[in-house]
Amino acid sequence: MATIAGKKSGLVWAVHISVVFLVLLWLFPTIGLFVSSFRTADQISSSGWWAALFESEQNEVYRAADPDDNRVADGDMFVVTGNIFEGEPREIRAWGISSRNVSAFQPGETAEMKDGENVTLDADGNYVWRGNDKQLSGRGQRIFITATVPPEFTFDNYRTILFSGSGQDNMAKAFFNTLTVTIPATIIPIVVAAFAAYALAWMEFPGRALLIAAVVGLLVVPLQLALIPLLRLHLGIGIGKGYLGVWLAHTAFGMPLAVYLLRNYMVGLPRDIIENAKVDGATDFQIFTRIILPLSFPALASFAIFQFLWTWNDLLVAKVFLIDATGSTTVMTNQIVELLGTRGGNWEILATAAFVSIAVPLAVFFAMQRYLVRGLLAGSVK
Amino acid sequence: MTSLSLKDVSKSYGEVEVLRNIDLEIEQGELIVFVGPSGCGKSTLLRMIAGLEKITGGTLEIDDVVVNDVPPAQRGIAMVFQSYALYPHMTVYDNMAFALRLAHKSKEEIDTAVKSAAETLQLTQYLDRLPKALSGGQRQRVAIGRSIVRDPKVFLFDEPLSNLDAALRVATRIEIAQLKESMPESTMIYVTHDQVEAMTLASRIVVLHGGNVEQFGAPLDLYERPANTFVAQFIGSPAMNLITAEVTATGNVTSVKMADGGHADVPIASRDGDIADAVKLGVRPEDLTVTDSDDYLVSAEVEIVEALGETTVLYFKSQNGGEALIAKLPGIHKIDKGTTIRLTAVPEKLHLFDSEGRSFLYR
Amino acid sequence: MFADNPALLGLATIVIGVGACLGYFFFSNVVLDKIIFPASGPNAGRNINRANMVRPWLFLFPALFALLLYLAYPVFETLRLSLTDRDQGGAFVGFANYSQMMAEPKFWEAVRNNMLWLIVVPAVSTAFGLLVAQLTDRIRWGNLAKSLIFMPMAISFVGASVIFKLIYDTRPEDQNQIGILNAVWLKFDGGIGSVLMLQVLPSMLLIGFIVIVASVAWSFARGIIAKGEDKSVWLLPLRLLVAGGALWLIWVSVGSLIGLWIGELPYGEAQTWLTVPMWNNFFLMVVLIWIQTGFAMVILSAALRGIPEETVEAAIIDGANPFQIFFKIKVPQIMGTIVVVWTTITLTVLKVFDIVFAMTNGQWETQVLANYMYDKLFRANDWGVGSASAIVIMLLVTPILVWNVYNARKEMR
Repeated sequence: MATIAGKKSGLVWAVHISVVFLVLLWLFPTIGLFVSSFRTADQISSSGWWAALFESEQNEVYRAADPDDNRVADGDMFVVTGNIFEGEPREIRAWGISSRNVSAFQPGETAEMKDGENVTLDADGNYVWRGNDKQLSGRGQRIFITATVPPEFTFDNYRTILFSGSGQDNMAKAFFNTLTVTIPATIIPIVVAAFAAYALAWMEFPGRALLIAAVVGLLVVPLQLALIPLLRLHLGIGIGKGYLGVWLAHTAFGMPLAVYLLRNYMVGLPRDIIENAKVDGATDFQIFTRIILPLSFPALASFAIFQFLWTWNDLLVAKVFLIDATGSTTVMTNQIVELLGTRGGNWEILATAAFVSIAVPLAVFFAMQRYLVRGLLAGSVK
Repeated sequence: MTSLSLKDVSKSYGEVEVLRNIDLEIEQGELIVFVGPSGCGKSTLLRMIAGLEKITGGTLEIDDVVVNDVPPAQRGIAMVFQSYALYPHMTVYDNMAFALRLAHKSKEEIDTAVKSAAETLQLTQYLDRLPKALSGGQRQRVAIGRSIVRDPKVFLFDEPLSNLDAALRVATRIEIAQLKESMPESTMIYVTHDQVEAMTLASRIVVLHGGNVEQFGAPLDLYERPANTFVAQFIGSPAMNLITAEVTATGNVTSVKMADGGHADVPIASRDGDIADAVKLGVRPEDLTVTDSDDYLVSAEVEIVEALGETTVLYFKSQNGGEALIAKLPGIHKIDKGTTIRLTAVPEKLHLFDSEGRSFLYR
Repeated sequence: MFADNPALLGLATIVIGVGACLGYFFFSNVVLDKIIFPASGPNAGRNINRANMVRPWLFLFPALFALLLYLAYPVFETLRLSLTDRDQGGAFVGFANYSQMMAEPKFWEAVRNNMLWLIVVPAVSTAFGLLVAQLTDRIRWGNLAKSLIFMPMAISFVGASVIFKLIYDTRPEDQNQIGILNAVWLKFDGGIGSVLMLQVLPSMLLIGFIVIVASVAWSFARGIIAKGEDKSVWLLPLRLLVAGGALWLIWVSVGSLIGLWIGELPYGEAQTWLTVPMWNNFFLMVVLIWIQTGFAMVILSAALRGIPEETVEAAIIDGANPFQIFFKIKVPQIMGTIVVVWTTITLTVLKVFDIVFAMTNGQWETQVLANYMYDKLFRANDWGVGSASAIVIMLLVTPILVWNVYNARKEMR
């Protein structure tokens, strides 16, 4: 298209700008969460996260050192010197000595008070406070400054969420629980579905077309329908609520998509290769393990990502089939929902917990996006 | 010694019959070519021999053992597919070794077999490559190599050259011919729709049409003594001319006359009852010559002249609704279109077919 | 100790579970080939054929078992449960659960909200997806842009809910607003800019929406009156349904259009967005749209690439401008894909539970069917009504189910 004669470049710019706008719009929410997870509770509640990215102006109050201990005689006057910053220095923009006018003076200027008392403050926080015996007693002089604060981030939230913190805030256990749910619930359906998909794709038997149609139908059955009967079943046969139940449920709920995706892929493999393997003396089992499985890797990867994302992100199945009254098997999604209820205002905890839970899927997503896209394209019923 | 025999073999998919009563006896060491137009059942027949399609009637014997119910791997056959069917995830070496490994052969045995096959086919330096890193011709050779290592009783080739370009096709055809030379004991069955491959490679050709064997014989037999009009027109290019004629005299020499006044005395025997029958007189375009005499076969108006240098092909206007006529003359001829010329042929090169298309020779 | 460590337990399951699966397939094949139908002896040939007739079922058995027990059986069991009462020991009560459900205003609220979700989310997601797919099609960093817009697909509904709760957050008047929506809202002061952005622009969008809905409704309704159209019986209810739904939508849109101009907008006051009735539904929908747009974009982008280049080039030579090319050449060619994307998102919407559960739990008139059902099931412990509402969801899915199966069968022939 770019090569076509007489094309207006204005339109091209409009396209670029619109795409930039849309991308930013889509990224903005996630970035907000990400940035917030690195801020302290105070920072989060005092300013929006977008302010954290830039230097900010802050008003702060300091006191000069206690004059009774620190004053030094200078002629008939006394002087207290020191630096208002004990820890990290700030860059002072303006300062004052009264809360009514906190930015009355520039750094280096001297503030004259009544009866010769004065204060000089330099940009680096060094001050000289001069006055007579009476003036330099009691509490230290208040100094208001307006300083620029560089962006400041902390890992404390992650420390709380991952390694310490009260039982409620700590996500480490939930993280492992989620893994325990996810990995078997991803691998087992792949194995089971791959055999079934091979049978539906390459073996001749009566009723095959009917079965394929049934799988397509089951693809859209809402799993809400399965909740009560299956919970009753699990309770009835003694599985109860627990990992076994949730693995079985995830395996079965992922099955239609797995069979559908894998069959569609396998049926597209060249017939000649499979027949050649038969002529070479391979049994159906050997054809499956040595030819079909290696060649179906892209489809297997696609489904694996789907199932992984779905089980990792799931809340409903876990709530119904896994999490019992003790809550010892809680998963991250559930814990976050509980945090939303109990610590709705503690954004540093919430944001960090949420980011911990979405970090793994995001990593998987960016690493294996190619397969995810391929799976999506194959998986949407045509 | 008979290597392979089909007795009354037929194949049907439900109601549809795709092969009918095929009887073939194939000797050891022969290279048999199945040829025919697409949809004639030649690939199905090959796949039945391989065991990839069930035989629905008759028996198939390999080395005098009925193998109807024997799975492909145990029939002692190897097959080269049209698409080569190389396993894309295995190296050339693994592709060739796969069948032997499945048969639990020893490592040394496999290695020797693969190496020697690779040597024969000049594949030694490619053994570690994946199929996708090979050219079309090389892939073809791997597919052949894969069948050689199994040392089968019968090699099956399913249109192995149709995925190659024209130049490579000729080269590979010659390689296959040489391969056959080097393995005089092996039986090969080769399916193609290309009559040039059939004529050049085959020791005998099976011409299939509509699920029937039209003729089974040596290549030149098929060319010189076609059993019916289908074979006559299928073998040879351009196809044989068939001219409607009427029998005027019978005996050891049959006389016919054409509607436009031409006539011929064909040295083929006929019966008394054939007199006055409508028949087809067959003459190949390359057997026709231009003549001035009154003793001609046909006279017709030239419609198109194709001067190819080595030959000149003349297309004639069809006369009174009859068949179009083609003549292929050696060398260069200056003939204008629109002229009417007379053509004749040596009587020994003429063929006679009855009204049902059967040759007088095979009645 | 072993059973206490979830990581070890998980590892053990993987090994045992996967091993058991593979073992089942391997040994069942061995048993079939070596013991039941041995491929040797006098009946070798016949035995091999018999074994090959049984083998597909060996391969299929575990998957079929899972599908039947976990998906097919529950459909019927739920239907049965919806006709019984748990408190009466599972006695058959006919449609009592349904009539009890119909009498609840919360149920109708859920149905109304679900309808809104069903219309808005698929439409907006598909539209945005198509827009992004088209815009990124020819630019060099298009793949990067697509991958960033696609990213929310990987984020859980719960994670997304937290993300958007932060956006919708509200602080008391005297504090800095940390939710971006309120921070932006406070920038509007009722001046000319506010009127343009908050009244004129939305009005234009609403009018556009009304026009589109009206034209869709007309194209469906015309078939009832006009001659020469396909008047098959089964199309009539569909036409009536679409036309009725569209009328309702127009009614709602006109209502909000009027409300937009007569109502006083509370400028300068921070809003608790999730408690504003009616509008809070849309704030929840935004979350799902944010997630689903990437899905729509990926599929539509592939479809756009599949359009034969020649048709576009022919249109350029015929003098079509970029918009005409898009709407008259490209969109008609990918109509099938658009329908697929639309229905897939519709299915997701019908099952949406996590977002509502995590953000409002159905308070402030944001209830939807899936959450209503969960409420009935696990809070009220009323399995009868819970099952009845599940059946309602199933009924809504059924047309798509039938359509999918019909298409799949057609494709296989």
